[in-house]
Amino acid sequence: MKKVGIIAVEQTKFEAARVESGFSDLVFETSGPAVKKAGLTRDDIDQIVTASQDFWDGRTISNFAVSEACGSYLKPESKVAMDAAMAVFYGLARILSGAYKTGLVTTHCKMSQGPQNVIYNAVFDPMYQRQLGLDFVNAHAFQARAYMEKYGVGPEQWAEVTVKNKKNALKNPKAMDGRELTIDDVMNSPMLADPIKELDCMPVSDGSATIIMAEEETAKKLCDKPVWIKGFATYMDNYYFGDRDLAEVGALEKSAKRAYKMAGITDPKKEIDVVELTEFFSYQEPMWAEGLGLCDRGKGGDLIKDNISTQDGSLPINASGGVLAGNPHTVAGMVRVIEACNQLTGDAGEYQKDGAKTAVVQSTTGPCGQSQCVMVLSTD
Amino acid sequence: MGRKVAIVGTGQTKHKARHSDMNIVELINQAVNRCLENAELTINDIDAILIGNMEHFEGINLSDMWASDASGALGRCGMKITTGGSTGTSLSSAAYYYTASGLFDTVLCVGWQKQNEGDTTAGLVSATDPIWERASFAGAFGTFGGAATQYMMETGLTPEDAAKVAVKNKRHGRLNPYAHLHLDISVDDVLRSPMLAYPIRMLDLCPASEGACAMIMTHEDNVKKVTDKPAWISASVCRHDSAFTGDPPFFLDLRTLRSAAKEAYATADIKDPMKDLDIIELYEPVTWAELSFLEALGIGEGGKVGELLAQGVTSIEGSLPVNLSGGVLCTNPIGATAMCRVAEAAIQIRGEGGERQANHKVNTALATGYGGNWWSDLLILKSSL
Repeated sequence: MKKVGIIAVEQTKFEAARVESGFSDLVFETSGPAVKKAGLTRDDIDQIVTASQDFWDGRTISNFAVSEACGSYLKPESKVAMDAAMAVFYGLARILSGAYKTGLVTTHCKMSQGPQNVIYNAVFDPMYQRQLGLDFVNAHAFQARAYMEKYGVGPEQWAEVTVKNKKNALKNPKAMDGRELTIDDVMNSPMLADPIKELDCMPVSDGSATIIMAEEETAKKLCDKPVWIKGFATYMDNYYFGDRDLAEVGALEKSAKRAYKMAGITDPKKEIDVVELTEFFSYQEPMWAEGLGLCDRGKGGDLIKDNISTQDGSLPINASGGVLAGNPHTVAGMVRVIEACNQLTGDAGEYQKDGAKTAVVQSTTGPCGQSQCVMVLSTD
Repeated sequence: MGRKVAIVGTGQTKHKARHSDMNIVELINQAVNRCLENAELTINDIDAILIGNMEHFEGINLSDMWASDASGALGRCGMKITTGGSTGTSLSSAAYYYTASGLFDTVLCVGWQKQNEGDTTAGLVSATDPIWERASFAGAFGTFGGAATQYMMETGLTPEDAAKVAVKNKRHGRLNPYAHLHLDISVDDVLRSPMLAYPIRMLDLCPASEGACAMIMTHEDNVKKVTDKPAWISASVCRHDSAFTGDPPFFLDLRTLRSAAKEAYATADIKDPMKDLDIIELYEPVTWAELSFLEALGIGEGGKVGELLAQGVTSIEGSLPVNLSGGVLCTNPIGATAMCRVAEAAIQIRGEGGERQANHKVNTALATGYGGNWWSDLLILKSSL
């Protein structure tokens, strides 16, 4: 595979409600500075991929609204209606096709503008599931429960994830919800859908993120420290909960296997320096870590206890604070990419992992991790 | 450049006002299966599935998830791309890039819409800015009315000229078993049909359809194993425009299409579109758009496009048939509409058009997609590269 490098990244500070800004304002906050950081102007951007969701935006053709903000007018733009990591993938594919040399990928979401349970209920099919009142939280409670039952893991371990990630976020100026918590705080927070409690769940958040990418020659010319996309894979799992074992992570395992193979990673436990993964809920961090092959199935909870996945551990997971510290839907996967890039370029500030060379990013779209994607980023 | 890519199969449902016997995922599945059958492949030969529709029209969020087993995305790469009316061409281009990039060998793209299960105009109105434009944006045909009036004023073309587009495309549509509307109409019928927004009358406008359309693409090393009738992708160009409906100048002199055509003609070595193109499948949401969009493609500029139409140049018997499928005026399942244009271009190159097959050999075909705020996609297909 030819090389494509990420040469500039930008994210907003994430907040619970950016009432003073529309989502095109948020996109402009990150796209303009990202283009500038890359040492480019709008004219140098060959193509744009946006990621947004009409349901969360309350707008049909939600890329319509951001064309000036991301500079896509009179340019080849397209919108991926999934987590933004998939838009990064499309931007990558467009460059690898040889049609373009550079690309801007941007994403936005203002979760504060809509009723989250209504928006998520519309994910479920209108005949058999929607009337059951399934939404984001209670649907994932089924998965958390299945994971608990099958692997003997439990809410106390997951509470440690929340405590870790919210604490990590204290060092991240872009994070929305950094704070010191105890296991008891999490365990005593209001129950939303057993076993998921309020502090197990991602907060409602608004924000935007943008990256600029370029093919190898251009990237080297423009940037001292391009971050190369070395591996990428994505797979889709079953939609109906009855059709899959919710405790299993087949799509993620397949994605990881293929992405690692592309990137030449044979032992993920040893060869990866940092991981940013998309934990909408605390239980997902150990579950996705297991799917990524960072530990055995059912052992994801030990990563914190053994001081592996902590900010100063040997393999930090979500040193940025992760999604639990506040990233919106759709934007979340792009923030993972950006945080991984910052680690690899040495720009992660107070939560920098020294000498990080290889990072793995995981993102997901759909109920209970139905669609999974894994990206391997590297400075080599 | 990356790998060369060809379309090696197409499939679509019968498009109609309502498929009461199929739900959304069954509709998608039918198009996917017909496409696999046409390409003589099985789902195991497919590496990635790209899918799209307009979510608000049926009110299904993350519709690609529900569709994952019907589309074949289950167990493979599944990706949703949605850009409004141009969704079908956005998907076609994406399938091309994915295949050309070397990331996937064989890619299936599928667009769909089931308009009768929702309210299209209610869904569409939310495309505009909630503060500045939504209160005055009455769905699609209001803006087309203003644009057509402006076009009429600038070119001197008349509603009779536009009506001839409807008559031609409906005649072509009667030859296409998959087309939604099979209408036998005259210019008078169009001019007497109910006025919707001056000068747009009912028969000037596309219908609301239910249907799905799918295509399979594969790369150069694989094409020969699959088919001896590939439709190679010679150019794929996209241009989007600004965020407010009032900002793009000269509504119907489609600057996005004009700019896309310039690039695509250079890439595909088209020097004179009248001579070098064998057929065109144009995304014409209203009669007037076919006239104006052809001008943007450099065909019949300065209003002369009306004469080309009257002389039958763009009819099935003519030298440059436009919309042999019957076009959007006969069939409009929005998420699939633009893909139907590309699929028809491939069908004509593959010689699979049946009664609607062009009279002359089709070696070079142009297809467009239209959507969002006067956005354009343009693909040029060739029988050999």
